[in-house]
Amino acid sequence: MEPPKTMELRRTGKLVKLQEQIIIIALMLCSLAAILVTVGIVASLAFEAFQFFQKIPVSEFLFGLEWSPQTAIRDDQVGASGKFGILPLLGGTLMISTIAMAVATPLGLYSAIYLSEYAKPRTRVWVKPMLELLAGIPTVVYGFFAALVVAPLIRSTGSGIGFEISSESALAAGLVMGIMLIPFISSLSDDVLCAVPKTMREASLGLGATRSETVKNVILPAANAGIIGSLLLAASRAIGETMIVVMAAGLSAKLTLNPLEAVTTMTVQIVTLLTGDQEFDSAKTLAAFAIALFLFVLTMILNVISLKIVDRYKTIYA
Amino acid sequence: MPDYTLTTSENLQRRHAAEARFRWIGRLAVLLSLGFLVLMFFSISTRGMGAFGQTHIQLEIHFDEAMLDPNKQRDPQQLARANYKPIVNQALFELFPEVQTRRAQRSLYRLLSSGAVFDLANMAGQNPDLVGSTQLLWLPASAEVDLFMKGKVDVSLEEKLRRLKNNEIAWINQLKVKRQIRKKFNTAFFTKGDSREPELSGILGAMIGSFLSLLVCFSIAFPVGVLTAVYLEEFAKKTRFTDLIEININNLAAVPSIVFGLLGLSIFLGVFHMPRSTPLVGGLVLALMTLPTIIIAARAALRSVPNTIREAALGLGASKVQTTFHHAVPLAMPGMLTGTILGMAGALGETAPLLMIGMVAFIVDVPQGITDVATSLPVQIFLWADSPEKGFVERTSAAIMVLLAFLVLMNLFAVFLRRKLEKQW
Repeated sequence: MEPPKTMELRRTGKLVKLQEQIIIIALMLCSLAAILVTVGIVASLAFEAFQFFQKIPVSEFLFGLEWSPQTAIRDDQVGASGKFGILPLLGGTLMISTIAMAVATPLGLYSAIYLSEYAKPRTRVWVKPMLELLAGIPTVVYGFFAALVVAPLIRSTGSGIGFEISSESALAAGLVMGIMLIPFISSLSDDVLCAVPKTMREASLGLGATRSETVKNVILPAANAGIIGSLLLAASRAIGETMIVVMAAGLSAKLTLNPLEAVTTMTVQIVTLLTGDQEFDSAKTLAAFAIALFLFVLTMILNVISLKIVDRYKTIYA
Repeated sequence: MPDYTLTTSENLQRRHAAEARFRWIGRLAVLLSLGFLVLMFFSISTRGMGAFGQTHIQLEIHFDEAMLDPNKQRDPQQLARANYKPIVNQALFELFPEVQTRRAQRSLYRLLSSGAVFDLANMAGQNPDLVGSTQLLWLPASAEVDLFMKGKVDVSLEEKLRRLKNNEIAWINQLKVKRQIRKKFNTAFFTKGDSREPELSGILGAMIGSFLSLLVCFSIAFPVGVLTAVYLEEFAKKTRFTDLIEININNLAAVPSIVFGLLGLSIFLGVFHMPRSTPLVGGLVLALMTLPTIIIAARAALRSVPNTIREAALGLGASKVQTTFHHAVPLAMPGMLTGTILGMAGALGETAPLLMIGMVAFIVDVPQGITDVATSLPVQIFLWADSPEKGFVERTSAAIMVLLAFLVLMNLFAVFLRRKLEKQW
């Protein structure tokens, strides 16, 4: 066979180049999808929220102490104008998240310390995936567990020692959410603890410190930033968690510090406002988008801070 | 300043005690966390096991020609629509001839599930020759009878407070003596859609809905995710643009899932007017959610392919695109698939965003395609968990067991892929 002429080669070469250019552009378009999703979220939330704020002033939404999103069917109805203050929802969300973090932080952190510093490799190999199993369980299952097992348990214990506890309480939802968060904290902290250079550990042990003293005085301070990052990430999960609170926390929007009462959260209200019949431009429906925007901004701030902290931490010991 | 000379045995003992304490706290934390896991599995499986059995009652049914097919046409459609209640009643009266009053007869009929007549109708519709014959058949009992047979009715309670009355319990006991009532494997649970009656409800519709949603999710998220990863890892130079994409991806991975539901509601339903409550929209929303997971996993997989492979391909004259798609991507594929399966497992368990796009309706029919209304398995669990009907508690738990079984299978498959196919370079 005669070898192809230079001209032909050049032409096929050009064709290949063109093809490659097209492929690369297609790839770039795909990677734009990630940005498009964010833009889509922000745009859709902002658009609906903007309409909401034309009906209800921003200041009332952010600083209002009452939440009762009923809108009037007739104009002369009693209590016709709904109250759209987000603070009771924020209060409920923060209370449940605080309870959850109070459960998950010690359990997750101590588990991570035990697994990274004490456990034999053989134990570690099967305990770590078991803990991560907790993260793989769907939240609707946690919600069912909270409503069916934990809430009645708390209630009967409460009535046993003379407390009146409602069947839906912040405590039940928070406890179960805490269980859900354990693996987030333990596995991220475990990574962080393992990243602390061996030399630091050995130096401390060599100077005669016990293992626990090494952990407290050397490793934890060194891993500080990374651990805080993992806690923030877990907190952002807790704030955005929906199913557990929908099934176990209740609907009553009130500002309270009593964890035995039923409270409601931002996510619960979004679900209640948007499931069932809805008119698309009533203040009630639009309020859900305003809450979601608030939620999105709140979790995004937490995420960005925690990602920054973890990133910086990685570069210190890389 | 701390006193470093304190090495007396007393001090050492104290420090060692503190050490032992610390270790025990750690051990306790791990045990407690695992204890929660065990408690959860235990409490759900003990509640759910019962739902895999369903009480059936044996009756001698006479398919009376005069009642069912007076024109003797044996038309299957006609037979499927006929009224089977009289022949069931007749069979019951033959079994309990002492029951005479109207009221007692009605409550006798209530021992059976209201779906029993539909079972008979289906049977006769499929096999018209049954008409005129007499058959010994096992028919599903009602939810109350089922609960009683499973020991979940408190008989010591006053009769007024029970749904199951004393005479009904007496009948059940008679049936027990005659061995005409027993638990059989609950096939309806796996072959039917949702229902208002616990004993007739099944998870097939929800499973198909979940499957269709995942199909849509996979066919969008996998290609887009992998191609994005390829672009960022193999082609893009580090610029402000790629930095922005990176931050975005990491951020999206931590956005609350319900926000994606709102995105779907206002864009897919509001702007594009896609059909509400369908696996199409559900799958799209889930795809957007799993995209970051897949991108992150795919990038890690590409990064683990050693550069020597790429350099060898380039050195032999392959172009950049050829090097990537003929060598780097195939070698990274097991890792990409592993990440994708884990992402899919996450999507399978997701509930909140599906509530937002209306996949939460009461749907009896099993969906046939991605544009039919449907629910998904976790949403079905949520709906049943909300139901006041007592018979749904064990069905909810059983549905959870099925869901968890699917998740475990997917995770095992991912582990298998990683072990078998992934190369250690």
